[in-house]
Amino acid sequence: MSDAPRDPLAGLYQELILEHARRREGEGAIEPFDAERFLRNPTCGDEIRLRVRLDGDAVDALGWEGQGCSISQASASVLAEQAPGLSVAEARERIEAMRALLRSRGGVEAEEALLGDAVAFAGVARFPMRVKCAMLAWVALEEALTELDAR
Amino acid sequence: MTTTATTGLTEERVLQLRADFPILAEQPAGVPLVYLDSGATSQQPRQVLEAEWAFRTRRNAAVHRGAHTLAALATDDYEVARDRIARFVGARPTEISWAMNATDALNTVALSLAAANRAAVVDPRLRIREGDEILVTEAEHHANLLPWQRLADETGATLRWVEVDDDGVWTADAALAAITERTRVVAVAHVSNVTGLIAPVEQLVAAAHEAGALVVLDACQSVPHRPVDLHGLGVDAAAFSGHKMLGPGGIGVLYLAEALGAALPPARVGGSMITTVTMTEHEFLPAPQRFEAGTQPVSAIVGLAAAVDYLEGVGMSAIEAHEVALGERLALGTASIDGVRLVGPRPGEERAGLASVIVDGVHAHDVGQLLDAVGIAARVGHHCAQPLHRRLGVAATTRASTYLTTTEAEVDRFLDALSGVRAYFGAGR
Ligand SMILES: Cc1ncc(COP(=O)(O)O)c(C=O)c1O
Repeated sequence: MSDAPRDPLAGLYQELILEHARRREGEGAIEPFDAERFLRNPTCGDEIRLRVRLDGDAVDALGWEGQGCSISQASASVLAEQAPGLSVAEARERIEAMRALLRSRGGVEAEEALLGDAVAFAGVARFPMRVKCAMLAWVALEEALTELDAR
Repeated sequence: MTTTATTGLTEERVLQLRADFPILAEQPAGVPLVYLDSGATSQQPRQVLEAEWAFRTRRNAAVHRGAHTLAALATDDYEVARDRIARFVGARPTEISWAMNATDALNTVALSLAAANRAAVVDPRLRIREGDEILVTEAEHHANLLPWQRLADETGATLRWVEVDDDGVWTADAALAAITERTRVVAVAHVSNVTGLIAPVEQLVAAAHEAGALVVLDACQSVPHRPVDLHGLGVDAAAFSGHKMLGPGGIGVLYLAEALGAALPPARVGGSMITTVTMTEHEFLPAPQRFEAGTQPVSAIVGLAAAVDYLEGVGMSAIEAHEVALGERLALGTASIDGVRLVGPRPGEERAGLASVIVDGVHAHDVGQLLDAVGIAARVGHHCAQPLHRRLGVAATTRASTYLTTTEAEVDRFLDALSGVRAYFGAGR
């Protein structure tokens, strides 16, 4: 991070995050779909409805609708960009890596190779109150995959 | 500034008061703290902390029990505290009972009414039956909504509400029109924690009493900030929280006007509230003890009395004038920022010393984060008023709330930071 001018938010709002929050990749309800999850963060009211469709053992498509802060919206957008084409196992691995990154309080180095653009959320780890915002879409996908596993 | 020097607080006075609040010198975000969240919880002056400390170190004992001297001293402090708080809100001490907080106090009223209606013989003044109505407003805090939703469910009554307009404001006319001969309870906030709207309490009381209904006042945002005379207002019950009026957490106040306190059965039963108990029967003490089952947080009560002393020392009228001026400054300032929508009364209209806003294109949590980065502690979220926010078409708003220690410079820092928010997030690009 450069020393001047100091960003008081210490890299929380990376340009990539703000850009994704505006772009909203993957927004919309896909049809058909295999599983749907609706999640709400009761403390701040962020909400997401996420649908996923599988093709064999791979994520074929992911769509979401929701409202909330730029962190939650951007993280849904990044997820929607990354998930299609991943195998279910790869998607789970990536969700775990994202969780580790966000819970690290800035301690662990991001697994850049694995997370791609999602490393932009590294700054969120220093703002514990925002971790749930950044994880919302990812947890929705995780739960949707778990539901599909159980079928 | 000197504009409110005669009726409000001079800047010099405010700075003097600030020195009593240790936390205002803290820098939790690494920059000087601009505390604009007294509406959620207020900070405590040294005098309150010292009163609690003095009680705990010198007079602590169980009250109204035992014969030892320490217990007598503690009991004395405890009842003196009740007297002071009663005087502060224009009530008799027997009309003041303790609760955990305002939420607890409001629940007590609703639960007690439910208990009254389960009794074999129902007091006609407390009777709520199918087809009767309980009236609230769409702007209520959940604390003054959920207990009434449940009471309506339990009694078969219909919950009705006064609707708000696009700004979140409801009118006296609409409220008066909604009071009918079927209305049994009218429950409203004296001052809205989101919009700063001040309810026309006297008019509501007159109409409600005419209809035979009880009036329950959520006084959370009024008692801490302006002179309130509960007898003058004529309400039947009122609730407020100690932590919002310079007092400790964990203590709230339930006011029950004498007639209601005498008629209402207690929602909770146990020790400290009885005269005679046998293995199968019991007899309750009169109010206020009847509503105080179990051991109360005595040192917090002593702290709350010290808070009331502090507020009275400054003067409630002066505090009110100070905050009203700041509220107007907030309203005017926010309303003039491009892309910022002020909620509640328009600038120039009556409002309390707080303002909530919607920043076009930026979620309230992002607004709050940016404010925090420059040391401003404002509240973002639905402020426990989801129906109101749903009506406003947003999930969350950003609120700045003031108190006796708030300076004009702090309000201006908030306005300044707020005016940079949309550009930071590229809203409207
Ligand atoms: C208008 C209003 N009513 C009720 C409450 C509930 O207060 P407490 O959480 O102290 O019970 C609050 C505070 O959040 C409030 O502002």
